Amino acid sequence: MKAFRQIDGLVCPLDRANVDTDAIIPKQFLKSIKRTGFGPYLFDEWRYTNHGEPGMDCSTRPLNKDFMLNQPRYRNAQIMLARDNFGCGSSREHAPWAIEDYGFQVIIAPSFADIFFGNCYKNGILPIVAASEMVDKLFKDCVATDGYRLKVDLEAQTVILPSGESFTFDITPHRKHCLLNGLDEIGLTLQHADEIRAFEAKHKATQPWLFE
Amino acid sequence: MAGKTLYDKLWESHVVREESDGTCLLYIDRHLVHEVTSAQAYEGMRLAGRKIWRKGSVVANPDHNTPTKDWDKGIEDPISRLQVETLDSNIKEFGALVYFPFKNVNQGIIHVIGPENGTTLPGMTVVCGDSHTSTHGAFGAFAHGIGTSEVEHVLATQTLIAKKVKNMQVRIEGQLGPGVTAKDVALAMIGRIGTAGGTGYAIEYAGSVIRNLSMEGRMTVCNLAIEAGARSGMVAPDEKTEEYLKGRTHAPKGENWDKAVAYWITLRSDDDAVFDAVVVIRGEDIAPQVTWGTSPEQVLPIGSRVPDPANETDPTKRTSIENALKYMGLTANTPIDEIKLDKIFIGSCTNSRIEDLRAAAKVVKGKKIAANIDLAMVVPGSGVVKRQAEAEGLDKIFLEAGFEWREPGCSMCLAMNADRLAPGERCASTSNRNFEGRQGPGGRTHLVSPEMAAAAAIAGHFVDIRTQL
Repeated sequence: MKAFRQIDGLVCPLDRANVDTDAIIPKQFLKSIKRTGFGPYLFDEWRYTNHGEPGMDCSTRPLNKDFMLNQPRYRNAQIMLARDNFGCGSSREHAPWAIEDYGFQVIIAPSFADIFFGNCYKNGILPIVAASEMVDKLFKDCVATDGYRLKVDLEAQTVILPSGESFTFDITPHRKHCLLNGLDEIGLTLQHADEIRAFEAKHKATQPWLFE
Repeated sequence: MAGKTLYDKLWESHVVREESDGTCLLYIDRHLVHEVTSAQAYEGMRLAGRKIWRKGSVVANPDHNTPTKDWDKGIEDPISRLQVETLDSNIKEFGALVYFPFKNVNQGIIHVIGPENGTTLPGMTVVCGDSHTSTHGAFGAFAHGIGTSEVEHVLATQTLIAKKVKNMQVRIEGQLGPGVTAKDVALAMIGRIGTAGGTGYAIEYAGSVIRNLSMEGRMTVCNLAIEAGARSGMVAPDEKTEEYLKGRTHAPKGENWDKAVAYWITLRSDDDAVFDAVVVIRGEDIAPQVTWGTSPEQVLPIGSRVPDPANETDPTKRTSIENALKYMGLTANTPIDEIKLDKIFIGSCTNSRIEDLRAAAKVVKGKKIAANIDLAMVVPGSGVVKRQAEAEGLDKIFLEAGFEWREPGCSMCLAMNADRLAPGERCASTSNRNFEGRQGPGGRTHLVSPEMAAAAAIAGHFVDIRTQL
């Protein structure tokens, strides 16, 4: 996994509540057995006016000009601004794979769906929960200002606005450590293999039917 | 000190180690695997040269991509076929306790086959790269969906890195009226608390209505916990749980059965347990439900009218209603029972078990589907369900009424195979998500119970099932 420390990134607003993972990456793209290449299909049904299928050359597809990703001012955005319950629905990790492959590194929203929230950290994406009033302000400022950027510093757990105003965000020490260092969690967990084996032996002794 | 909840007990009995910030390493008993979310995890294992920790924990089967008819032709879509064949080869290489490949007589939806063969048991931690894993909580297991990175983590370490969430109790008291089902209970609850209402909580369902539900009904309720934002939903095991499990292929036998049952009865929230949130709903207040929008929380009792955005003061909610009406092709204030349908889908991990099919068959018996219904299909949850239904003659009832009787799989719940809605088509569906494009690009989904879907097939539009009893 890529490490994440800080970025100064262009912000793109997605002003919709309850954006589900079916919308982030529609089901036909889930047939892939790879982890990469989902970026061109991110928000496929909202982004293009024709129907997308895996393997399509997206550079020639007709665009929905109203959709935010297609507006020139948001090109190469790295920070997504979203509304409540972002990433609800299916557990598909293809959703953060598509978001990361497109180039987003941070998502700021008032709330996220649980499974999606956890999946982001496994893919070097930082999901930031911000107060509703702050998110409202960011939406307003972002839409009003061409080239609106935010500075995000994971070490300091801080987001800095162009005005110099800032707010802090929460993250568990474990997730912060993994993200800052781009660590492979499986490798970390296997350092505790003896403890897992000891637990397993005890578990088997008390509930042998679980191991039949 | 306050007592413990069922969730507290399940959690604590699986903690391998705990960090100072509360991050835990949680032991996983059962790992369900399907073709869509596992290929990249197995590939990661191979690339890192890692071995599977405990292959005996894995129960696997393809379900999302498999066709529901013309099985002799195999899987025609080459990309779908490759994904299913990749699962075949991964299971061959890494191993599993149970694997039902495509066309096996027991193959089906992973959340139907787990309970069916006794590989889901009370007291277990159950995970799967699929959000509807919450289904298995009906047995008093802690069961939830995970992403593909976590699938790989469980394959390699038999654990998950997780933090405990809060406790919510949803109590459904009193009793349900005739024609009101587990599906209506779940949808009414989502309508009450919203699709994010359960975010950050584990839900325990309790109360007399839940106790009176069959295991199938409890599975339907727990299945939909994720649509309320809760990764897991659960019901304390009781005599019904034991009766359901006894004699199943992988259920404990002999002396172990007695020991297991003695343990399972301790898996209940203590009388003095404290929940962080409690929701109480009277069963008598629940009418048959129909979703009208593009989120499961956009749901109303039959007999209502489609909402008018002009009456909503919150701007974000007003926009959501406007977007949903536009996508669904509905006009504000239309009576729900005047909404005409094109297709009917009875199936999915929510409502494809034998009890669901019996209930739907009872409604359509001796009748014909309406002329405006282009396709009405029944997709049993598994080969076992299908054979049982055929033994009871349910297939004939459906076929005589004009339904198609298909092979098991996820089918038109998410339309990864050939079963899907065309743009603009409207479907009464017993599945779990009415998201935009879920059942096919541009398709319009209304979530209902099997009885309501069956009645809609006959009438050609929604009807109050309570008037048909």
